[in-house]
Amino acid sequence: MQEKFNDIKNRLKEELSSVASVRLLSDIKVKYVGKSGEVTSLLRGMKDIAPEMRSSFGKMVNDLKEEVSALIAVKEAELKEKELLEKYEKERVDITLPGKSEKAGNIHPLNIVKNQILDAFCGMGFEIFEGPEIDTDYYCFQALNIPKDHPARDMQDTFYFTDNILLRPHTSPGQVRTMESKQPPIKILSPGRVYRADDDASHSPMFHQIEGLVVDKGVSLCDLKGLLDEFVRIMFDSDTKTRFRPSFFPFTEPSVEVDVTCCKCHGKGCSLCKGTGWIEILGAGIVNKNVLEMSGIDSNVYSGLAFGLGIERITMIKYGISDIRTLFENNVKFLKQFNRR
Amino acid sequence: MKAPLSWLKDYVDIDCTPEELKDKLFSCGFEVEEMVYVAKHINKIVTCKIIEIEKHPNADKLSVTKVDAGKYGELQIITAATNIFVGAVVPVALDGSTLANGERIYNGKLRGLPSYGMFCSGEELGITDDWYKGASVNGILILDETYPLGVEVKELLELEDVMFDINVTANRPDCQSIFGLAREVAAVLKKPIKMPDTTFSCDQNVSTTKTVKVIDEATDLCPRYISHYVSDIKIEESPLWLKRRLASMGLRSISNIVDITNFVLLELGQPMHAFDLSDINGNTIIIRRAADGEKITTLDEKEFTLNNNNLVICDAERPVAIAGVMGGLNSEIKPTTKNILFESAKFARDNIRKTSRTIGQRTDASSRYEKGVDVYTAEFGMKRALNLIQKLNCGKIACDNYDICAEKLEEKVIKTTISKINGVLGIDVPVQDIKSILESLSFKVNVSGDDIEVTVPLFREDMESYPDIAEEIIREYGYDYITPTLLKTSAITNGGRTKEQSDIENLKNLLVGYGFNEIISYSFVSEKEYDIFGLDKENEDHKFIKILNPLGEDLAVMRTSLLPSITRTVAYNLNRKNPEGRLFELAKVYTADKTPLEKLPVEKSVLSIATFGENEDFFTIKGVVEGILDNFCNGLDVEYTPCTLTAMHPTRSAFVKIGGEVVGYFGQLNPVVLDKIDVEKPVYAGEIFYDKLKDFFNSKIVFKQISKYPQIERDLALIIDQNVACADIVKCIKESAGKHLDSVSLFDIYQGEQVGEGKKSMAFNLIFISNERTLEVEEIDKAIDKVLRNLKEKLSATLR
Repeated sequence: MQEKFNDIKNRLKEELSSVASVRLLSDIKVKYVGKSGEVTSLLRGMKDIAPEMRSSFGKMVNDLKEEVSALIAVKEAELKEKELLEKYEKERVDITLPGKSEKAGNIHPLNIVKNQILDAFCGMGFEIFEGPEIDTDYYCFQALNIPKDHPARDMQDTFYFTDNILLRPHTSPGQVRTMESKQPPIKILSPGRVYRADDDASHSPMFHQIEGLVVDKGVSLCDLKGLLDEFVRIMFDSDTKTRFRPSFFPFTEPSVEVDVTCCKCHGKGCSLCKGTGWIEILGAGIVNKNVLEMSGIDSNVYSGLAFGLGIERITMIKYGISDIRTLFENNVKFLKQFNRR
Repeated sequence: MKAPLSWLKDYVDIDCTPEELKDKLFSCGFEVEEMVYVAKHINKIVTCKIIEIEKHPNADKLSVTKVDAGKYGELQIITAATNIFVGAVVPVALDGSTLANGERIYNGKLRGLPSYGMFCSGEELGITDDWYKGASVNGILILDETYPLGVEVKELLELEDVMFDINVTANRPDCQSIFGLAREVAAVLKKPIKMPDTTFSCDQNVSTTKTVKVIDEATDLCPRYISHYVSDIKIEESPLWLKRRLASMGLRSISNIVDITNFVLLELGQPMHAFDLSDINGNTIIIRRAADGEKITTLDEKEFTLNNNNLVICDAERPVAIAGVMGGLNSEIKPTTKNILFESAKFARDNIRKTSRTIGQRTDASSRYEKGVDVYTAEFGMKRALNLIQKLNCGKIACDNYDICAEKLEEKVIKTTISKINGVLGIDVPVQDIKSILESLSFKVNVSGDDIEVTVPLFREDMESYPDIAEEIIREYGYDYITPTLLKTSAITNGGRTKEQSDIENLKNLLVGYGFNEIISYSFVSEKEYDIFGLDKENEDHKFIKILNPLGEDLAVMRTSLLPSITRTVAYNLNRKNPEGRLFELAKVYTADKTPLEKLPVEKSVLSIATFGENEDFFTIKGVVEGILDNFCNGLDVEYTPCTLTAMHPTRSAFVKIGGEVVGYFGQLNPVVLDKIDVEKPVYAGEIFYDKLKDFFNSKIVFKQISKYPQIERDLALIIDQNVACADIVKCIKESAGKHLDSVSLFDIYQGEQVGEGKKSMAFNLIFISNERTLEVEEIDKAIDKVLRNLKEKLSATLR
């Protein structure tokens, strides 16, 4: 009997050694341990066994069955593994081929910078107010302390529709409209398109400004300095410094030009800052008393600070763009460069 | 404003370097835009005496000379000059020297003979007769024979100087002169200012009022007019110092009287004029508005026709000057002039500007008046001119004058407090510093406790109240003292964007997610775009508006549609070989109900989108529109109807309607339109009227319980006439399928032989579900039967 058992085992081992697929293996499985397989059929021969031997015979057959099944199982696992590897190999892709996912677009660089500026000030409690682009002489000039015969009107070549209605040459009317509709405390930013009759590498007939205004009790030049210091650190590098120097705007008194340490050379002097280490970025000052009064704010109680900056200028400084017209050509190759989030 | 350092030194003891002065001026608000070292580069041009002249053996036109060059010894110089002679002292450019124009001179050989230098003309030294007599002759500059030899000519002729070009802000017209700037220099250097000499003695026998009559009929345009008579004029050449001052500022010397008027303008900023009294009819001067059509020929021999807005100076019969612009040819100073009437006046800034602009005549005087001349300087200037008459000894000065002054000559006093001034600054500037700074700027100061009284000099018409004083103090004290604070006394405010402002950013970000790049294009377009794109110009309440003074016709019309701009941008990109792109712009359009404008026009926000490239078609742009609506107007019924705009492809574009209202359109652009702008490839574009769409914004999120019962799905493949719209089929299914229909979606569309000519096959997936129970197969079968019946009846659709 033992020989028979050994014979089965040997034949099985031989067959297993040459079997090449899970499918063929299942044939072998049927042949040996299937319902009418060789090992199973041994049990059917039980009736020919002496009754006293039957118990030990049954155990032997069962052991054999287990042994055979185990051998098949090992082989099965081995073959499955092999087939899986073959499948993987078949499915291999060139992982360096480009992906199929959609490419995201991006916001125009001027609006990226605009949003950065707005966010910087919104964090300091500023709201946003957008006034009309086409406005009256009163809001664009008179209410800003620029009367009809004022030489400061020569500072801007303005586009007119009628004697009284024009394309705003700055976002400063936003100041006036806010003060007319709101009592202090006021902290607003007024961003938007502005227009002047100028067209060359550093001037565009349409460009963008942001006007900032704070009106409250005891607002001083020190507050202006504090706000702008904070702003330039957010906007440029954390080591950026500001410098005030006297200037003149009809709607502020005192008026200052604000320079920042050059973002390229950090104040050492380079071509961008023409060797001075400083770059002019905005004009600012303490709101002229007349402007407050004209808009119905008591200048004996309140004072204000205002600043106005050109988004193009800051964008060009930040990204090293030398010709302003690049910003309005909208070449896709240009626009796509600003897709960092 | 240009100012030579040498001239500034007449009034201030400047003991710092030009660079230091530049930095100090910058810090107090006078930026030096340019600093030029005049003649600094001129080098090794020295005085030499000619001791021998012989003909060149090999050239007819050349001479061989020998010169005594002082410490440089005797030199042989070959020259073509003809105005030289033995004994003449001349400038010689030695080996390695530099001329005024930057040219370098080296030893050389001329026709075989060595030459060790070059004789120089006045031009080669950068000067004219006004700087040194004889410098303008066509030949070699012959110098004073007593000059030492071998000495740098630029030192002997005082050629070196530093020219500052200083940016003077519009509020400081008082600094539009050398002396005005000198006052600032003195203040910033903390030095005393030396006043120009304005003293003179008059001749008791000469009287202005007995000689002429002056009447100011327009005191509103001429608030101060001073006339002073000078008799027995000797018209002569000006002295060298005067000619050099004018030359340093680029002015040519004309005669002593004319030079005096020009000098006073440069020195004090007061335009002056001198009339030849023999030409003044009736010995009368009248300041009045011109009569319409009145004519005058100015000194530069140009004739102008004036009108009632122009101010003129007249004699008894005719205009003799356009006030503040230029004198008349009829009364100019001539070599024969014997008696003159000096004019020093203040004219209204605005009036001079308008006159100068309308007649197109801009002069040094008019541009000075446009900036603003104060009442005080009119008198100061006159006195200085008379002082110069005396200094040059060229006339007898009258003892009286006309001084018609309509403005008060009273110094303004600003009463305020130290704490108000420091309140503007935010720091405490010590009282002593406040006082000394203001005094250095010619203010008179009286402090008593916190109170301060500041008397403003008449030439500072810009000073109004304490913030002006604060500015004067801090610009001298130094902005570096301003220390940053963050609104320490101010109330806390809640900043940030409003919902409406955030919506716009969210919309933009959605488009960015769809692969769109934002563009920014000009708000003004060419009127021609309206023809090219077939846009309405004159719709009811929808009129476009034109700029009166545009930069050009291409930028003349405020756009009422963003479509031309974005289409042009696509065309630009295609021209630059960018094969594909997705673009959007969110900007204003401008329309009026009436033109010319009587009130502000309406500004509305519009979103434009455009796509181009191989992978784009009608459905990719529609997908974007659907995406926007899905995100912002979720749950609203949107209808797409054929778009009838000229710019759009008639069978591949749609209006977008919500609640029957058109909120936008999109689709393929009409190839006929694209052809006009030379675009051959298909472009897809559209506009969403943002201000209309936002009325339908539905940002409220309502949570819906997801059914726990199973859903039943059915697919229907229909054969239908090819012109039946998908929307009609879906509508019919929705109306017929009963309340358990959850969704209908198209998953396949086919046209071809298998379905027959003029037909198409459309396959829909229907999902049924209930929140209350498990649906029975039988009831769904019934619903489907009804759907099919209705589809057949209404749309002749059959099951495939």
